[in-house]
Amino acid sequence: MTATVATTAALALGDDALVLSHRLGEWVGHAPVLEEEVALANIALDLLGQARFLLSMVGDEDELAYLREERAFTNLQLVEQPNGDFAHTIARQLYFSTYQHLLYAQLAAAGGVFAPLAGKAVHEVAYHRDHAEQWTLRLGDGTDVSHERMRRACTALWRFTGELFQPVAGLDVDWAGLETAWLESVGDVLRRATLTLPEGPRSGAWSAGAGRQGLHTEPFGRMLAEMQHLHRSHPGASW
Amino acid sequence: MATAAAHRAAGTLMHGAADAIGEAEAHQRAFDAAVAADERIEPRDWMPDAYRATLIRQIAQHAHSEIIGMQPEANWITRAPSLRRKAILLAKVQDEAGHGLYLYSAAETLGTSREELLDKLHSGRQKYSSIFNYPTLTWADVGAIGWLVDGAAITNQVPLCRCSYGPYARAMVRICKEESFHQRQGYELLLTLSRGTPEQHAMAQDAVDRWWWPSLMMFGPPDDASQHSAQSMAWKIKRHSNDELRQRFVDICVPQAESLGLTLPDPDLKWNEERGHYDFGAIDWDEFREVLKGNGPCNEQRLSRRRQAHEEGAWVREAAAAHAAKHSNHATGTEGEQA
Amino acid sequence: MTDTDWPLWEVFVRSRRGLSHTHAGSLHAPDAELALRNARDLYTRRGEGVSIWVVPSAAITASSPDEKDPFFAPSADKPYRHPTFYEIPEGVKHL
Repeated sequence: MTATVATTAALALGDDALVLSHRLGEWVGHAPVLEEEVALANIALDLLGQARFLLSMVGDEDELAYLREERAFTNLQLVEQPNGDFAHTIARQLYFSTYQHLLYAQLAAAGGVFAPLAGKAVHEVAYHRDHAEQWTLRLGDGTDVSHERMRRACTALWRFTGELFQPVAGLDVDWAGLETAWLESVGDVLRRATLTLPEGPRSGAWSAGAGRQGLHTEPFGRMLAEMQHLHRSHPGASW
Repeated sequence: MATAAAHRAAGTLMHGAADAIGEAEAHQRAFDAAVAADERIEPRDWMPDAYRATLIRQIAQHAHSEIIGMQPEANWITRAPSLRRKAILLAKVQDEAGHGLYLYSAAETLGTSREELLDKLHSGRQKYSSIFNYPTLTWADVGAIGWLVDGAAITNQVPLCRCSYGPYARAMVRICKEESFHQRQGYELLLTLSRGTPEQHAMAQDAVDRWWWPSLMMFGPPDDASQHSAQSMAWKIKRHSNDELRQRFVDICVPQAESLGLTLPDPDLKWNEERGHYDFGAIDWDEFREVLKGNGPCNEQRLSRRRQAHEEGAWVREAAAAHAAKHSNHATGTEGEQA
Repeated sequence: MTDTDWPLWEVFVRSRRGLSHTHAGSLHAPDAELALRNARDLYTRRGEGVSIWVVPSAAITASSPDEKDPFFAPSADKPYRHPTFYEIPEGVKHL
């Protein structure tokens, strides 16, 4: 593995964690119940820790987080999607944490530069996955209102899930196997939640690519503007 | 754990010597003796109604302050200027949610419910600390809140660890232990700004200028105008007077400000050799009363955001309750092992 | 309990192996599984535990403080249950 390839992979994984952590941080102060304030912040903190580790493998974590332009971020489009209602946040969590858990389990087993991080993070992510599954079951099989909201959220985010299995250079992963396991797991959770796997395409029709190619959705630019403005307003300052 | 009603029902079960001198009087004596001996009052013990009401009011207000107090700081989570600061701030605001939860639980041992308390907060019948009705205008405000607001809160809270009501005292022990990093991170943040670029230094000074006086108001009205103080002191809910704690806070802050390289916005602030304390200028109690009445810069914003979060979360809480009712395995206890 | 008012649970945490579970506090949750997870998030944020129990508060039967004397006084006058009750000659070891 060359240094450049490892850098590409560290950035992709680091950006996923950084961006999702940021989105979850937006919930602070208005979660649906106080206990969930604590739970969502825990997940955000785990992800932020992973992001800092991964970005530091590449360079200065703050330079990478605060001084790159939108097109230089290679996170999945899924993680940059706005929070929406709690059902959208849970659907995003279900899709991503199932993926991240399966991916990190493979990375931990494979050895290599990402094994130490993946070995530690896989425990954190197992908990994120469990949290998402528990809530998917409750929202899907709760009231008529929650069922409908959860169904809509799963459908709305479905078209961002194809990108998850696009191979990332530098990661020694069985992508086809990962996709099969992901579909099985998510399908099983949704079934138990009295929902079904959404139909329709799992990626956009734009042949230029998606997040891994640095192509993002419109809300992402505004997210970065908010995240970066203070740091950028004081060039060279320490915080 | 037990509701007040359950206690009253249980209280009629056993009779003994109490009959002779009158049950109520015996209860009052036992309560007074326990407080005098610095013993803790526990949820199922008999307690005067006014003691119970005072505690519910105070613990609820404290819990509400933790929850509302998340807002001014959460205002900066998405704009934190470094990843290290972002992690610290997230963890701190998360702690505040946790502390609110500990305190609501302590209040519930007195026979109220969280639902009822939140309802009183949302309808304005219970208060939260007025300090959170001030806005966080710059990043330095996060530091000023940590240093001054948390500093004042800790000065208030440490004596509460010895409060006569057991569940409140135990919650405060846990909270004080966890909060020890809150004030330090604020101080460190301000120190970094103060020693940073001229713009950063100015930002820090401006924040301290705005937060200093409201922080002094956090100790409540002067002793001669404080309506609940005397009784609370007698009950050992409160251990020190408002003015005593305020003076202690000022004495602590003055040298800390010097080390920061920042000034406190009070021309009358000076060491009084005779008293062994710092003298300080007059507090604007008109502003305090106005903010308390609802005319602070953020009263409306804070409360409506809290109400909105609660209302928007209703369908989620209903869904989980409905799911639990369908799958009735919720009546049994559960055990979990962690790695 | 209204539709949205989740029941109260008591939380017991084992801080490390070899110690018993002790009462940490309480919380609200719609069911046992979420109670356990909420307890993990709330009471073990700083690595305070290796094991958690959650019990519905309503399932706990407690002694009444008014019964304190009949419940606990009789055990106070049985000093022969405590090792210090017995006199052992000086120099006798391992006893």
